[in-house]
Amino acid sequence: MRPELIDALGHIVGPRWVRHRRAELATYTMDGLPTRESFPGVVVMPGSSAEVRAIVRLLHLTATPFVARGAGTGLSGGAVADPDSVLVALTRMNRILEVDPVRRRATLQPGVVNARLSEAALPHGLQYVPDPSSQAACTVGGNVAENAGGPHCLKYGVTTNHVVELEVVLPDASVVRLGSSQGEPWGPDLVGLFVGSEGMFGIATEIVVRLEPIPPSVRTMLADFSTVRSASEAVSAIIRTGIVPAALEMMDRACVQAVEASIYAAGYPTDAAAVLLVEVDGDPDAVEAESRTVIEILRERGAREVRSASTPADRARLWQGRKKAFGAMGRIAPDLAVQDAVVPRSALPDIMDRIEEIRRRHRLSISNVFHAGDGNLHPNISFDRRDADLAGRVQLACREIMAACVNAGGSITGEHGVGSDKIDYMPLIFDPDTLAAMRAVRLAFDPEERANPGKVVPVHACREWRATPAAR
Amino acid sequence: MSDVVFGRLRALLGTGGVDRDSAGLPRATPDSADALSLVCRLAHDEGWKIRVEGHGTWLPADAPADLAVSTRALDRVLSVSPADLVATVQAGTPLEALRRRLADDGMWLGLDPPGRPERSLGSVVATGTAGPLRHGFGPVRDHVLGCTVATGDGRLVRAGGRVVKNVAGYDLTKLQVGGFGGFGIIAEVHLRLRALPRADVTVIARGPRDDLTSAARDVLAAQLLPATLELLSPALAAEPDWTLAARFVGTDAAVQAEVRRLSVVGDLAWQPLPADRTAAFWGLVARGSLGGPITLRLGVLGDGVDETIDLLAHDLDEGLVSAGAGSGMIRWTGDAQVERLRTLRRLAASREIPMTLERAPWALRRALGHFGAYREGVGQLVGRLRDSFDPGHSLSVALEGVE
Repeated sequence: MRPELIDALGHIVGPRWVRHRRAELATYTMDGLPTRESFPGVVVMPGSSAEVRAIVRLLHLTATPFVARGAGTGLSGGAVADPDSVLVALTRMNRILEVDPVRRRATLQPGVVNARLSEAALPHGLQYVPDPSSQAACTVGGNVAENAGGPHCLKYGVTTNHVVELEVVLPDASVVRLGSSQGEPWGPDLVGLFVGSEGMFGIATEIVVRLEPIPPSVRTMLADFSTVRSASEAVSAIIRTGIVPAALEMMDRACVQAVEASIYAAGYPTDAAAVLLVEVDGDPDAVEAESRTVIEILRERGAREVRSASTPADRARLWQGRKKAFGAMGRIAPDLAVQDAVVPRSALPDIMDRIEEIRRRHRLSISNVFHAGDGNLHPNISFDRRDADLAGRVQLACREIMAACVNAGGSITGEHGVGSDKIDYMPLIFDPDTLAAMRAVRLAFDPEERANPGKVVPVHACREWRATPAAR
Repeated sequence: MSDVVFGRLRALLGTGGVDRDSAGLPRATPDSADALSLVCRLAHDEGWKIRVEGHGTWLPADAPADLAVSTRALDRVLSVSPADLVATVQAGTPLEALRRRLADDGMWLGLDPPGRPERSLGSVVATGTAGPLRHGFGPVRDHVLGCTVATGDGRLVRAGGRVVKNVAGYDLTKLQVGGFGGFGIIAEVHLRLRALPRADVTVIARGPRDDLTSAARDVLAAQLLPATLELLSPALAAEPDWTLAARFVGTDAAVQAEVRRLSVVGDLAWQPLPADRTAAFWGLVARGSLGGPITLRLGVLGDGVDETIDLLAHDLDEGLVSAGAGSGMIRWTGDAQVERLRTLRRLAASREIPMTLERAPWALRRALGHFGAYREGVGQLVGRLRDSFDPGHSLSVALEGVE
């Protein structure tokens, strides 16, 4: 990176918030995706919206590409920058500016850690619902970029359903406020368009989210099954009753065994083929009645045992294995390919068989832990990337799993995003005109394509759209 | 000119695919997304202006154009999946027909938009008009998983997908939901559905508006979970006083529990509506929004409802008002001069309240625009997006007004 640019960045934020030596940059070469690594040109850490704006103006004037980054917990390589790019790390912008319990809104900077937001809302009996597994580390800004999900999104929706207003610094350094905290947009739904744009439309410097009341009563149930198929069928049977569980999660045998062999052991039955975690919440009487229905269905569908918990401590114990599953898997092998795909719920039983077949054929270790209620799979492949043959088989298996999910009518990602990891899969689900429409939207926000370049949309696969006429 | 357009459309779609509206304007009625895109491409290439229509029950079919494109022949439910609670539906499908079709399979769409039962799904999606159920089930965008859209120059964009969770690529669906057709014509919609509720109970209270809004705040503070908490003006509910209507839908247990809890919140005399009158009651509310030529929606949270209705009453009239006491939306229907509406939009904007013109005659739409009082920089973004999705400016849609 040019020394003048590094100096100029230092003038904006102070030299201590600019990192450019190779050893310093090493921290920023990857995100949560183990297969993509690159040194950014320089890392700059703004402390305010004004500093972000000044940085982006400088980058605009010097035609420099940039990548915004939160905690770097993303799983699609979206927060990794090439050497010609400036990495804008937003972790210093970690203030919750306001919690308004009456209007059920919180205003915050993008670097606020997800779990801290719910902690701040807790005294008011409120919570911020989207709860990705990385919530103890990931930032809300990153959640906005990726449209992050989590176990409790089945009933309450993902990030896009909770963000109402954004202050955004566009790549030309202009500042726009999108949406309204009142819950109606001023014009077209640009907040909806921005959320999930993976850092390619600009940098959100202020975020207004909806907070939800903490339900008065919650019941968590854990059921174990002797086949994955019967557990999958129980999922659809529960949804068909009209009960919308707050969460409906599944773990297969490999996952349960990994958890139980780790320090996170939660007392899950290690001989079960699958474990379902079901949570219902709401009015206490309703929770009581709905839990009875859920337990009945679980038993009908072949659950061997159903455990149930209502107190926070007991519930936390049942959840522990699920929440720490990724950590437990990390012990099995040096690397973990955390996959993310979606199928229609009704396709779950077949797709699970198919993944098992792919696993066997490629001689891999796959553990499944996922949001069964909305068909969002996470088949996780443990491997060692130093073993080239093994790493090759992992790539093949990932591709086959994606193709299988797409053939079942699903999607290549439910909550982790496309980033650089899945860009080659995009033509599997979108035709050239639709990909071109995405690129056109990106160009409306970022005509020079400098924000997080080269991610999400495979430009070569876009059909060419006519040049736009002069301004309206 | 009109005969040329008619002839070209007939050559493209066959005799069954084109007719004339009551004023003699050629009207294309494509029955597939592909046919729709061909019509758009032809119009774009010829420089013809398109008026977009559904069944003509919501926005007046009066935008100036060389041809009308109606979605009325796009009226099929293409697929339903009860196990997945999703359906793919053509945009011209009337809401009531859709409701019946879904109920046959034990499914339900949690939307009760204003207008007539034969209003098209595409109209609801394009204008983003949710009804009172918005409180519990969210705005229209929360029900739409994806859509197929013909752009102004006839490309087909297939946004989103048919699964309930999906972050592949940018969320193009959001641009179309509530885009008023300015970014293309919706041909098909992938819907997120719910299981048909086992229980559906509406409880109402009547009284002075202040009492009701304060009761609504108590209901929210008690953390009850109504699907609807709607304040209705006397004219809208055809009652001498204001009405607060709480609707609970879900499993029997949940609904009974909520209704029980409601009865001990505050001191309002809540009356359950007899089950056989519930549909008629909400049908009346929906049709009430057609009681005048203009419908507005204002985005305001529960604590601003009183003040905003005062503002409406002062600047326009109290008229036909339906207000989400918690969800942040007031819908007003009546008649007013354009200058009054301009002033109201300005006043509302100064209070950070967005005002959308949902329904009005063309002259007013053109003058005022569906949207206005954009914040700095937003207008340029919207303009660039329109140029991309309708490069020839074929779609006769007044997203923004002219001063």
